[in-house]
Amino acid sequence: MKFDLQQWINTGRLKSPWVAHYDCGSCNGCDIEVLACLTPVYDVERFGIINVGNPKQADVLLVSGTVNPRNRVVLKNLYDQMQHPKAVIALGACGLNGGIFQEAYNVVGGVDKVIPVDVYVPGCPPKPEAIIDAVVVALGKIKEQLEKADRGQAVNG
Amino acid sequence: MARTIIPFGPQHPVLPEPLHLKLTLEDETVVEAIPALGYIHRGLEGLARGRDFNQMVYVVERVCGICSCIHALCYCNCIEKLMGLDVPRRAKYLRVIWSELHRIHSHLLWLGLFADAFGFESLFMALWRVRERVMNILEATAGNRVIISVNIIGGVRRDINGAMLQHMLLDLDAIEKELKPLYSTMMNDYTVQKRTVGVGVLSKEQAYALGSAGPVLRGSGWAQDMRQLKYEAFEDLDFEPVVEHEGDCFARNKVRFREVFQSIDLVREAIRKLPDGDLAVKVKGNPEGEITFRVEQPRGELFYYVRCNGEKNPERVRIRTPTFANIPPLLAMLPGVQLADVPVIALSIDPCISCTER
Amino acid sequence: MFEPTSITIDEVVPTAKRMLHDGWRLITQTVFDRGEEGFDLFFHYDRELEELDFKLSAPRGTVIPSISGVYFAALLIENENRDLFGIAYEGLVLDFNRSLYLEEAGDPINAPFCKISTFTKPIREV
Repeated sequence: MKFDLQQWINTGRLKSPWVAHYDCGSCNGCDIEVLACLTPVYDVERFGIINVGNPKQADVLLVSGTVNPRNRVVLKNLYDQMQHPKAVIALGACGLNGGIFQEAYNVVGGVDKVIPVDVYVPGCPPKPEAIIDAVVVALGKIKEQLEKADRGQAVNG
Repeated sequence: MARTIIPFGPQHPVLPEPLHLKLTLEDETVVEAIPALGYIHRGLEGLARGRDFNQMVYVVERVCGICSCIHALCYCNCIEKLMGLDVPRRAKYLRVIWSELHRIHSHLLWLGLFADAFGFESLFMALWRVRERVMNILEATAGNRVIISVNIIGGVRRDINGAMLQHMLLDLDAIEKELKPLYSTMMNDYTVQKRTVGVGVLSKEQAYALGSAGPVLRGSGWAQDMRQLKYEAFEDLDFEPVVEHEGDCFARNKVRFREVFQSIDLVREAIRKLPDGDLAVKVKGNPEGEITFRVEQPRGELFYYVRCNGEKNPERVRIRTPTFANIPPLLAMLPGVQLADVPVIALSIDPCISCTER
Repeated sequence: MFEPTSITIDEVVPTAKRMLHDGWRLITQTVFDRGEEGFDLFFHYDRELEELDFKLSAPRGTVIPSISGVYFAALLIENENRDLFGIAYEGLVLDFNRSLYLEEAGDPINAPFCKISTFTKPIREV
């Protein structure tokens, strides 16, 4: 069988997704659940998922919380620094549409007002199992992007 | 010497939250630190206009997910005092049990993050494994892991039955047993001491004058804990504030670890003394007047000012959180330290930015 | 119950100095906006679990002398009040110029907590 370098890289991408996490104005509930995923009880490292600080190395961006006028710039920057293929997961009720904070004066709304979101995780806060599941679903989205790229189509987003 | 300005945050590996400090450096030494806030500001105090006083309980819980129960406890106390409600004794004890469980999980969370900040990852993992036991208790008793929404105006929403209390006692024993070796690691390990002893010293006078709160204040030798105000069931419980005198990161670390054991004892005592009775009293009418109330959060003194005018919406809810009070001490600690120590010192005040900015 | 002592604007800084001298710790300041009439500014102090409060009532637009020179801890509180209530302070140690929390601060009368403000939440499309 001929060795296919591209296929080899793609397998690596899907088998070990690295995630970056940004708290975009949540109450911390979602953030500590993201961290709880990393710890021995849930242990996402068995799936090859590692939390990295540098968005340039990350495949999946986990965003928790609502967006406000100040941190939307940071969020956009983080998203732009990530390499293709990439997926974005919005965590928690306030990441989806603002949740309980929707009417507050300094809240723009959900994460999807600033960057395209692939997976939405409801809950206040979502359970660690739901977050792990969301990363797995996001991998499906990344796979679609890879297949599109293989067929020579432009990757959107 | 030439000065460099280095931004610390808002997205930083050691911080789960966007704290932003502008550090002015001379070589590797910090000369000045200026905070830049506003990355999490939502304007929760403003939501009081459109919510009635019962609904506000759920809003103040989401000021901070880590100590949500205690925020609700403080707010409920304000409204209950304004309306002259007499909360049943069982509810008072249950509130203490839940709020102390929150303190245990918050301190273990912080101790883990602190271990991670100086690169001791296995200790981080071990502490968080123990923490999951507390989360399981919270989930079993209240139905959610983080935001448990047990407090309502006039009492609590749920009961804990006898079998669950017995199970909790067994779990608390297991937690204590698992924490003992971790405590000796945290206290005696060479790496921990090398990174924390003598780092970020805050003198006794400075700590008081800068208005710090909670473990930062107690780590500098002041025996001030708002639980001494005897709110809820603390009037019947044995309680002595934990004090350390060195004022460095190690002392704050020690205060928090000793408070975990203290909270375990408090929960045990509360379970032993738990009286029978109702869970909540009926609420009639609307609150009127103004009041301030203070409780002890895991991070320190939490202050609420509530003003109501006899209508269903509170006129003003003012929240002063402990991290907000601990930022000026942080600014005083940073000048003169090495850049590599900044993450450890910044974490040693237990920054909770969503509390700070609301 | 909450019973603050009323002070006038000239007494703000002398009171703070006296409290510091007597070993009190500043908890916080609270602003209560009374609409057209002006605003109430509360100063909360603490010493060994005892709480003492002062109240300053002032008409809209009054410049308040800053106590951040006395209590350094007041600096963030006063900047916050400046952002959210549009209150002007004189002699701030570190002035964020109404950008501590807000990105586009706008006119002080349109501060988010100001009761007579015409501020409405803008709907942004990105």
